[in-house]
Amino acid sequence: MSKHSIHVTINGTVYEDTIDSRTLLVHWLRDVLHLTGTHIGCDSTACGACTILVNGKATKSCTMFAVQADGRDLLTVEGLEQNGQLHPLQEGFHEEHALQCGYCTPGMMMTALGLLQSNPQPSEEEIRIGISGNLCRCTGYVNIIKAIQYAGKKLQAVEQSPVAAGEGGGE
Amino acid sequence: MIPGAFDYVVAKSVPEAISLLQEYGDDAKVLAGGHSLIPLLRYRLAAPSVLIDISRIETLEYIQETDGILHIGALTRESELDRLPLIRNRYAILYETAKGIADPVVRNWATVGGNLAHADPANDHPATMLALGANFVAEGPGGVRSIAAGDFFTEATFETTLLPGEILTEIRVPAPGQHSGGAYFKLERKVGDYAIAGVAVYIDLDEQGQVRYAGIGLTNVGPTPIKARAAEQALLGHVLDDTVIRQAADLASAASQPYSDTRGPAEYKRAMVHTLCTRALKKALARATGGE
Repeated sequence: MSKHSIHVTINGTVYEDTIDSRTLLVHWLRDVLHLTGTHIGCDSTACGACTILVNGKATKSCTMFAVQADGRDLLTVEGLEQNGQLHPLQEGFHEEHALQCGYCTPGMMMTALGLLQSNPQPSEEEIRIGISGNLCRCTGYVNIIKAIQYAGKKLQAVEQSPVAAGEGGGE
Repeated sequence: MIPGAFDYVVAKSVPEAISLLQEYGDDAKVLAGGHSLIPLLRYRLAAPSVLIDISRIETLEYIQETDGILHIGALTRESELDRLPLIRNRYAILYETAKGIADPVVRNWATVGGNLAHADPANDHPATMLALGANFVAEGPGGVRSIAAGDFFTEATFETTLLPGEILTEIRVPAPGQHSGGAYFKLERKVGDYAIAGVAVYIDLDEQGQVRYAGIGLTNVGPTPIKARAAEQALLGHVLDDTVIRQAADLASAASQPYSDTRGPAEYKRAMVHTLCTRALKKALARATGGE
């Protein structure tokens, strides 16, 4: 079995490692890097608990080999919080009581982030379709949808605020 | 679950992919979006000794309509079909097909070419491409050739007529005529499951409203993707009224070869082919006649 040196940026930090070709990305994240916020649910590409962003695209990390992430830019749930401030999605899940057992939550938030980046103000139906590959076995979908709408509004408000625009002017 | 051991190599170009395929032969499997293959590897239903990763060949990711043909690069992600106004507006059947494949996160990686070359009778694009009368471009050691969708799938499950060393590089779909339309109807238990049954229909009408082209493809009701040839023939030269539609649906249902499983008994699936075919023909007719 071939071994590969990989160079992956995760939440802004560069990680280098040598891994087996068959190592799944989610196993590398959890077992080697101890980024255990990314969960394993079904192990069959159905539940979405392992969803992260790869080059900005929501991705089920159980269905990608770590070697395929070489040279790419990843965001996991650990990268949402910035400087002690919850991300609007995390805040939304808190405010709208969008988690019960919490197992699906990281994957839900990462899928929602991918959705909001391409569609900042999704309708309820668009959100339902958007998270249709993420299962919540507590069936707390109603509040999850509210949380995503909350985050969409908050992200929009931050973007439109002149103060924030001034501060983020370097972009 | 952890896949069996394999060697992994990256092909950065089509010629490199072809030469790697020649080098490793039958032991190798091509990795594109990976969303059919990786689950198979994880379950150890497939155990190739080499994976040739073609997914970074960016020149195979494109969609463009030129000279009356829609060209789809084989590595085009399903999410692109879902997203592009060109597809939504002019190729409703492709849009419907893509948005029913797995789920939106899977569609970020899953490729159109992979959905076809994997040749799973449960995959959705085979039926659609059979209905559309698409052509597939294959590149290999012997050069470039075109394969009609109807000649691409064999009698064996998971098998295509691609030759050793060949890869699928492009899908070519005829641009819609003035009075043409299609539809894809899929019945599924839940998002992400395979179809209980699926029917793709494409028709082109002449000025009198008579059918001059008809394509009908069936999903997951037999060992291979099925082209319902007798049903297609029954439509040619006719105006689509209820009687003609019923005859075609009867023939499509008869062409299906479903087996009973957890998605339902064979008899039920045959009945669903009939229902879905009827609905798809009515929708295609509405689209072909400007009704939608």
